[in-house]
Amino acid sequence: MKLPIYLDYQATTPVDPRVLTAMLPWFTEKFGNPASRSHPYGWEAEQAVETAREQVAALIGADPREIVFTSGATESDNLAITGVARFNRARGDHIITLVTEHKAVLDTCRHLEADEGFRVTYLPVEPSGLVDLQRLAAAITDQTILVSIMAVNNEVGVIQPLAEIGALCRARKVYFHCDAAQGVGKIPLDVDKMNIDLLSISAHKIYGPKGIGALYVRRRPRVRLKALIHGGGHERGMRSGTLSTPLIVGLGAACAFSQQEMPAESRRLLALRQRLYEGITARLTHVGVNGDLEQRVPGNLNLSFGYVEGESLMMAIKDVAVSSGSACTSASLEPSYVLRAMGVGEEMAHTSIRFGLGRQTTDEEVKFVIDKVVTAVEKLRDMSPLWDMVQEGIDPSTVQWSGH
Amino acid sequence: MSYNDKVLDHYENPRNVGVLDKNDDRVGTGMVGAPACGDVMRLQIRVNDQGVIDDAKFKTFGCGSAIASSSLVTEWIKGKTLDEALAIKNTQVAEELALPPVKIHCSVLAEDAIKSAIQDYRRKQQAKE
Repeated sequence: MKLPIYLDYQATTPVDPRVLTAMLPWFTEKFGNPASRSHPYGWEAEQAVETAREQVAALIGADPREIVFTSGATESDNLAITGVARFNRARGDHIITLVTEHKAVLDTCRHLEADEGFRVTYLPVEPSGLVDLQRLAAAITDQTILVSIMAVNNEVGVIQPLAEIGALCRARKVYFHCDAAQGVGKIPLDVDKMNIDLLSISAHKIYGPKGIGALYVRRRPRVRLKALIHGGGHERGMRSGTLSTPLIVGLGAACAFSQQEMPAESRRLLALRQRLYEGITARLTHVGVNGDLEQRVPGNLNLSFGYVEGESLMMAIKDVAVSSGSACTSASLEPSYVLRAMGVGEEMAHTSIRFGLGRQTTDEEVKFVIDKVVTAVEKLRDMSPLWDMVQEGIDPSTVQWSGH
Repeated sequence: MSYNDKVLDHYENPRNVGVLDKNDDRVGTGMVGAPACGDVMRLQIRVNDQGVIDDAKFKTFGCGSAIASSSLVTEWIKGKTLDEALAIKNTQVAEELALPPVKIHCSVLAEDAIKSAIQDYRRKQQAKE
């Protein structure tokens, strides 16, 4: 067993060796520019890019001509939101999103508000982390041009009701953009059935390389957007810049493997997550799950360990690579905005740990992690004044704290 | 972020974790911080007839630097008079543990904990008189 055990698959994943093998020739002997139309170097590169486009499209039920390659999901989010907003300015100036979206969406919206005069509604979420559909419906006005809601939250793994959101947006003639960086390859997605108009994809979350992603842009009915990167008119004018054949081949291969293996891998990960959750909660009290446990991707478990601060817990389990919603792990000293938006109290947000399971996670690793976590939490509770209070029957949340 | 060796040492082998009898009038208890801020320190001192701190215990909910700061000050204040203990500044703690700027508040909390424990002890002594 290799230490530290990697349980941070929502942050990134290793490149699958099969993906790397597929990519390698396109760095060296097959180095042609896919835009070169005058010789076989260009033709074979173009062929490889088009095959990858088909593989990406197949995973989300799209047409290959609806796939635009980008540098990753952050660029895709920027292009979708800013591009659609600018193109449709005459139709309306209102955008709706969720407070728990990724920063790539939130910060893009903030810029449109501050610099370009758009109005943005940041909808709250339920304690489960899910959107309230009635609240969404009520927020749409005749000025609304775009709804941007993620498929799967990066911190708590909850899956938003995409088909219902899509149906609502279609009925109200509002574009629906979905940041699916954490959903693609993990849950079945179908842009037609779910009425998704734009969808952001990242390769490195699905065992592909970093630095490549895609944006799905619907053709029928056609979604038009203003490009952010200008130049040679690549990707039907939506994203200029020479295509990176090896990275695109890697994204395509990663999509193809994810699609083939999704049913079996989902079952496997769900069983492992169940074991992890039950193994921990069988031996520790005061452990809470953050976010809906049912409407969640199999590879995510986000737990709060009452009266144990998240960063100190991560130090104690340093043989396990995880992440925390604790403020102490961020430069801002603010605990996770996602957990806070779900109504998780600040004191519990400080105690949260995100366990991300993935393709290399084994049963043996899960057992090891359970032991490490239980031992560490017990040790830290022994030195926690809050835990002492709980043992004396005092609820620390009822105490008047001075703060600092 | 990787941790400084001294922080790791105090975190992995914390000195003087524990509890003193808070009803003993030779014991002063200081509780500072708040769960919502991510750190709570409880520092206890026991003072002998000569006015010297002869024992100190702590329990801390907080990050590794908070635990290390409280562990360190329990070592420092033992054997000191109350006035000597009050002279300990957070900057000394921060310097000893090489705390980065975002962790300076942990050392501030440790200084506050000493003050709070001594204040509690002195209040008890005044009440006796």
